[in-house]
Amino acid sequence: MSTQDAVTIYVPRDSTALALGANEVAAAITAEAGKRGQSIKLVRNGSRGMFWLEPLVEVATPAGRVAYGPVTPEDVPGLFDAGLLAGGRHTLHLGLTEEIGFLKNQERLTFARVGIIDPLSLEDYLAYEGFVGLKNALVKTPEAIVEQMIASGLRGRGGAAFPTGIKWQTVLRAQSAQKYVVCNADEGDSGTFSDRMIMEDDPFTLIEGMTIAGLAVGATAGFIYVRSEYPHAIATMNEAIAIANARGYLGDNILGSGKSFHLEVRKGAGAYICGEETAMLESLEGKRGVVRAKPPLPALEGLFGKPTVINNLISLASVPVILARGAEFYKNYGVGRSHGTLPFQLAGNIKQGGLVEKAFGLTLRQLLEDFGGGSATGRPIRAVQMGGPLGAYLPPSQFDTPLDYEAFAAIGAMIGHGGLVAFDDSVDMARQARYAMQFCAVESCGKCTPCRIGSTRGVEVIDKIIANEERAQQIHLLKSLCDTMVNGSLCAMGGMTPFPVLSALNHFPEDFGAPGEQAA
Amino acid sequence: MKRQQVFDVAAVRDIIAQRRDMAGAMLPILHGIQEKIGYIPADAVPMIAGELNVSRAEVHGVISFYHFFRQEPAGRHVVQVCRAEACQARGSEALAEHAQNVLGCGFHETSADGQFTLEPVYCLGQCTIGPNLTLDDELHARVDADKFKRLIQAKREA
Repeated sequence: MSTQDAVTIYVPRDSTALALGANEVAAAITAEAGKRGQSIKLVRNGSRGMFWLEPLVEVATPAGRVAYGPVTPEDVPGLFDAGLLAGGRHTLHLGLTEEIGFLKNQERLTFARVGIIDPLSLEDYLAYEGFVGLKNALVKTPEAIVEQMIASGLRGRGGAAFPTGIKWQTVLRAQSAQKYVVCNADEGDSGTFSDRMIMEDDPFTLIEGMTIAGLAVGATAGFIYVRSEYPHAIATMNEAIAIANARGYLGDNILGSGKSFHLEVRKGAGAYICGEETAMLESLEGKRGVVRAKPPLPALEGLFGKPTVINNLISLASVPVILARGAEFYKNYGVGRSHGTLPFQLAGNIKQGGLVEKAFGLTLRQLLEDFGGGSATGRPIRAVQMGGPLGAYLPPSQFDTPLDYEAFAAIGAMIGHGGLVAFDDSVDMARQARYAMQFCAVESCGKCTPCRIGSTRGVEVIDKIIANEERAQQIHLLKSLCDTMVNGSLCAMGGMTPFPVLSALNHFPEDFGAPGEQAA
Repeated sequence: MKRQQVFDVAAVRDIIAQRRDMAGAMLPILHGIQEKIGYIPADAVPMIAGELNVSRAEVHGVISFYHFFRQEPAGRHVVQVCRAEACQARGSEALAEHAQNVLGCGFHETSADGQFTLEPVYCLGQCTIGPNLTLDDELHARVDADKFKRLIQAKREA
């Protein structure tokens, strides 16, 4: 069989690419090559994260991978006419993929393989430094792994930014015959898709990171809690786990080390609150996703009452590179106490939406303008919500804030998981504030009163403000209500819903019919 | 009067038997039933409760807590329109209104002909290419009024 001169063509299988017709493009390319008697090898890679260019088709050439996009099935015959298989010129020709500015100016550590490899090819994974971190971890003591994690400066990427190594140390020191590792892949925040991309586009990274976490704390079992809205991620993750088990990278006696780690995917069921770590534990135990009071910390009494490491997916996916390259290598990225890189996600009304992994320290404006290219509609960007539905709305006057955990905290905002949603000047911020309260009312677990009742009252109060019923008094009432929610709620759901509400009121008072009013 | 539920009792029993020994078996069992039957029949509740040795109230409590689980069959097709912020920033509220007009029903409702159930969803993880929806579990991006009509028409004719 002669496949030696087969040209490799990449068509992504990431769900965003699929939503834009990648399967149809792949089929058209296969059919066209067949019709012309040309030999191709079609690889379904992940996405490079340049979603405005999806489906992004790449061709392997001696000079490197050449990109074309966004490609429709109708473009395919023309692409072949233009010499697609040799990287020929065409109106959709984007040059060498790695030279595209959006990608070239990133610092990809956690996402180093994403978009490059076939997500389910273990050979591809190994060829790009895969399982080097695991092999290093297997010859270290648990204490040494934890020390390395502490030294790396990695802080939890889910939002709270707690030092990952310290969390692991607590679990390591806990005495128990059974411990667990739980990956929080309940990526329910609008404007975020980095967890989804790792699961769909480089799942072995997560398997490797979780296995290392298990070795570090003495846990032999792990769960990945994935939301039901991510069927492609669940399917890919399950396939990858089966492959890793079959090839000895997971399960009993990992790579002949005598160590074991078993991994299982669990599907959520559409409850946003299950992204809160204790609600997630309840859900994994088969109960309503109602938050638990802390203490006890899950690190000491977590899943099924056992000591449990709970990390956000991106935290765990960042572990392999730290173990492979060393703590210093990772720590040297970033600014201040924000070490390493974060996969920022540019979403909403943005021209060039996608994934930008950068070291901490660049400004929001650089993300929006240099990478994002401004709004999709071409109108001015008026507000950016950072860190999900519980994150503050930022006005343009704050766009020069450096992306650094402490700098954001200082302006009453948070970086969270690095997801940002841009809105142009057609946005009505009073409506966005109302939405935040409404979302909390729909998604509250109901355990504590400030969140359960406060959110419903919040919607009513904002409705009165919009309708100009005793507006000044109602604005005063809204602030008081927010104060109660911030200080009286059991978890971040009720405790942070006031952030988008108050930031909208503070920065955009005119939308609440309160021009010039300076909210406290 | 309670509507008689007709479902494959043996299949439900099999799913429960296969998954009952999993740690935290409740959600995996409920997912299995909904995948097979399309919803969680009321008569499955005592079956689950008996096997897991919990009260029926507890099973019902779990089912009703999670938006994903249905207690009634859906229409022939399910449309889930994303109403979260990133899609809002790209025009999803107009799409939501349009969808209700085209289908002649509100969210959480089924069209009069039983063809389409309309549901909100809060983020499909496709936040750069909204407004997004899923139609029978298939993702569709950049859905405007025309595209919505085409998608619905194609299902009607299928």
